[in-house]
Parts: sequence; structure tokens; C-alpha cells
Amino acid sequence: MTEKVLITIYGKDVAPRFDYTSEIFIASLNDGREVVESKTIVMTSASAEELCHMILSQGVTDVICGGIEDEFYQYLKWKRVRVLDSVIGPYEDVLELFLANRLAQGSNLFGA
Amino acid sequence: MKKERWGIDYHKLDIREVLDSIPMGVALIGLDLRIHTMNRFMEAITGVDREDAYGVPCRYILRNSLCTKKCPATENVGKEDSISVEGDIINLARQKIPVMINISELQNVDGQRVGFIETIEDISLVKEVDQKIQDPYHHYNIIGQSPQMEEIFSTLQLISQTDSSVFITGETGTGKDLLAEAIHHSSGRANGPFIKINCGALPENLLESELFGHRRGAFTGAIEDKPGRFRLANNGIIYLTEIGDLPLPLQVKLLTFLDDKEFYPLGSNKPVKSNARVIAATHRDLDEMVRQRTFRQDLMFRLKVVQIELPPLRERGDDIRLLMNHFVQHFAKTFNKRIKGFSSDAIPVMLNYPYPGNVRELRNIIEFAVNLCQDDTIHSAHLSSYLNESLAVNKPETVDRIRHPYYSPNPFLKRRSLSKGANPFDWDEMERHMIIEALAQSRGNRTGAAKLLGWGRSTFYRKMKKYRVG
Repeated sequence: MTEKVLITIYGKDVAPRFDYTSEIFIASLNDGREVVESKTIVMTSASAEELCHMILSQGVTDVICGGIEDEFYQYLKWKRVRVLDSVIGPYEDVLELFLANRLAQGSNLFGA
Repeated sequence: MKKERWGIDYHKLDIREVLDSIPMGVALIGLDLRIHTMNRFMEAITGVDREDAYGVPCRYILRNSLCTKKCPATENVGKEDSISVEGDIINLARQKIPVMINISELQNVDGQRVGFIETIEDISLVKEVDQKIQDPYHHYNIIGQSPQMEEIFSTLQLISQTDSSVFITGETGTGKDLLAEAIHHSSGRANGPFIKINCGALPENLLESELFGHRRGAFTGAIEDKPGRFRLANNGIIYLTEIGDLPLPLQVKLLTFLDDKEFYPLGSNKPVKSNARVIAATHRDLDEMVRQRTFRQDLMFRLKVVQIELPPLRERGDDIRLLMNHFVQHFAKTFNKRIKGFSSDAIPVMLNYPYPGNVRELRNIIEFAVNLCQDDTIHSAHLSSYLNESLAVNKPETVDRIRHPYYSPNPFLKRRSLSKGANPFDWDEMERHMIIEALAQSRGNRTGAAKLLGWGRSTFYRKMKKYRVG
């Protein structure tokens, strides 16, 4: 199955909060884990429920985000969506790490 | 500012020690909005070590609802007064915590702006009380109106007033974690941290370091001092879940802590004191574990000062219906669906299922049904097939709750040997003894005794009369 990764963004960085995300970046990957298509979507309103709906309707397989409430984390996991939360840093660098299979939950690219 | 006043040399003060003594989360933030340092309370609220937070933009550590919308720091630039706003944060454990945020500018001795000081106070208690006023069957997130739950709610206040260890037992999914949080919120330690750790989740050596901390160089990879959960829980509550899974060597260390309120971090020969109250929980039978010598009897006695047994859902009568309505409303709102309730064919299925997974299972069943339901009413077809099969086996008229295979006749509340003649399950007897103990402690002063118990004077007098004390 090809992967589709969604990153919640705030400017050039990963958004600190899932529920207050108003912009998302979605990338479709091929079997070689290369980006074949990407798009940035501005949400009409920030809401964790809407974001979950968008993730499922877009067939996203992986979500990279900052802080997420357990309720939504468990819901996405139940829907077989992999979630890497508490990720800190510029989203393009985060994506690079993800493609290289080096991104983990809580990865901090701003750390001292 | 004078360098020295009343014998305090401000330049020699250890700023971290000063911040650690403040009983609320404090962070020092630079003008670039990156964290310089924060205190232990802030570590406990956010779940982030200050070493990890250093240099990181504060919005990623505090994760406040206002961070990306109306940052309190940038809003405050150039203003002399501090500002206070309400918001919420999401901590590393993915919990949303309502907080009161206060932010002020930091200036150096020349009056130049050098950064900000931000304090965060957990206001969940206030919010819970507001919610409780709105919903009479809602007690600190625990829902119930059955006699068993009402009795637990009435004991909560009393248990919260003491500092004794609490031991919570109950089948899986009965709400042990919620009860521990409720004790924290209703106690005098509500403003202190609530630190939860699952004793079965980590291997022994990691668990020891996690619980009691370590000194730098204690083992390979210990590159810096780690405070440990017991230290972080100072003046608050440490909640040890799955205590039955605690390895024997750590049981000894916990025993020492319960006796002396101090412990030795790994690699340290200096004891560390912590004024943390211990709440422990397990779904295992500790008496059996003691018989099998996998759990220390002396530790069990120290933990079981106050014991609360949460009843299984199948013994809570109408609470099933109350919880059904609560969860259906909750998930309908979460998933943006217009579901009003259950149809007449779904209700008997739900009411007669034995719920071996208790409230957690009921919650999952309803979450599943709400997801599946495209209608405005949940029908039996929306429920998992095993529920309908269960109804076929246990016809409503033949269900005997007392003889149910899952039934275990456990008393819901025990307190270890209040007196030799006291029935350990008799709440009246327990209250009577608490009054006598309080009077003895306050040397007969009734106002003082009432204060000790956290009761009003009239309640105290009424209960004295009821139990014929004095």
C-alpha cells in the first residue's frame, strides 16, 4: 500500500497543537518512499474533529503533529492511522527525517 | 536594586532552586520566545524535562491553546502590567489541562526588556466543580447514581482530607485512574502535581530510574541528573498503577519511602525527601500474590491504609443507562453526528450484557455503534455481534446478577483495623472513629477537630450527635 503522510503545520514548522491547526501538508509517497505528489491545504476552521475527518477521507496513513489529545490519538490509531506526535521542528526537515525512517515520536529538531 | 539586603545576596541565589520552590509552573522565556529554564512544577505539568526544553520555542513546550492565536507574550510587549488569561495546555501524556496563564516582562537592572516570565496554574479543580454543579451525577469525571457509587462519592471528601496511602482495587475498566484523579482534585494537594506511573510498563532497571531518579554517571547513558517521579510529585500525589507488577527489589525501596518519606536516587548516597502522597491501584489479587511470595506482605499492609473497591459495572444497576446516555452524547458530539439515543431493541441488549471490561468496554461499544450509525437512533444492528449473541444466552428474565459468573462479593470500602471491634466495612463506625481521632488530635477542641476533617462546624456537631460522641 502506498503511503500518504499528513503534517499539521504552522508557518514553516510543525503546528504545536493538533486541534488548533489551520494548515496541513499532505504528501503521497511511492513504494520507494519518495514524494510523488504534495499539497498544502488551508482549513476553513481549526478543529480536531474536522481534521480527523479530513485524515480519514483523504486516506492518510501517517500523521505527524505536535500535541494531540489522547482521545483523538486513540481514535486515529483505532482507524489504523499511524501517529507520530510531539514532533518539534521545521516541517520540511521533519518530512526528510520521516522519509529516511529516522523520525520518532517526540523528535525535537530545535533542541539545544 | 541593592545587591544585598537583609543578608540575602541576590547575585548568589541559585535561580533554579528559587523557581523550584514556587508552587506553580514557572518558565523563563527569552525575547526570541525560546525557553531558558523552567521549574519542577512546570516539568510536572508539561511532562517535559527542563534540559530538553532549553532553547525550544515555548509554544512547543507549553502547547497552550493561545500560542498560535493570541500569544500572551507578544501581546504583552511593552506593557508594564502582567496579564492573566485562561486557556488549556496539552501535556506530553496527551492530557488537556485547563490552566490560568500569567505573563510578565522581565527587565534587567538597567530597565531593559530581556524576556518574559510565564506562570501556569492548573485550574482543573475549578472547572470540575463548575461541571459538577451542572451535572449532579458527575463527580470529578466519574458518573454514577447507584448506591455503591453514591457511597464512594460521599467517602471521597473524607479520604481526601487525610494524607494516608490509598489502595484502589477493582476489575479492569472500572475507573481506578479516574478515582485517583478525583482524590487528587478534592484534596488539599489539588494545586500540587499528580504524577501517574504504570509499574508494569517498564523493565525493572528503567523503572527504578523513572521512579526514584538517578545521579549523573550512575550507569552508562546517565549523562545528567534525573529527578525521578517521586521527587516530581513533591507536595502532590504519586499514583502507582498496576502496583502488582512492581518488581520485588523496588517494593523494598517503596516500603522505605512509605516509612521515611525519603529515598536514594540511583548512584547517590544522599537521601532525597519528598512529601508525596501515594495512591496505588491494581486489578490483581494482592493477597494471593502475597501467598505466592511475589508481593511483600509488609508493603501491602502499608498501602492498604484506606482501601476502595470499585464495583463492576454489572452491579451498578441504573448506572449503565446513565453511562449509555453520557457516552452517546459525547461521541455524537465528537464525531459530529445527530444521534439522539438508543432504539427499544438496542436497550435490552445493552442492559443485559455482563460487561467484563466494565465502563471502558461500554465506552468502546458505544463508540463503535456511533461510528457505524448513519441514523438518528442506535439500533441493535449497530452493536457488535457478540452483544446480540450474549442477549440470546442471557435472556433478560433469566439474568441473575448475584449468581453471575463475573460476580465477586467484594466489599467496596475497607479501612484496615480501625479498632479491634470495628466492622471494617461499616462506614458509620469509620466516621465515628475519625471524629474521635480528630478530637484526640485537637485535644478536645471541636472547631479544630472539624477543621482537621475538613467539615463545617454544624456538620461536625450533627455527626457528633448522630454517633453520640462527646
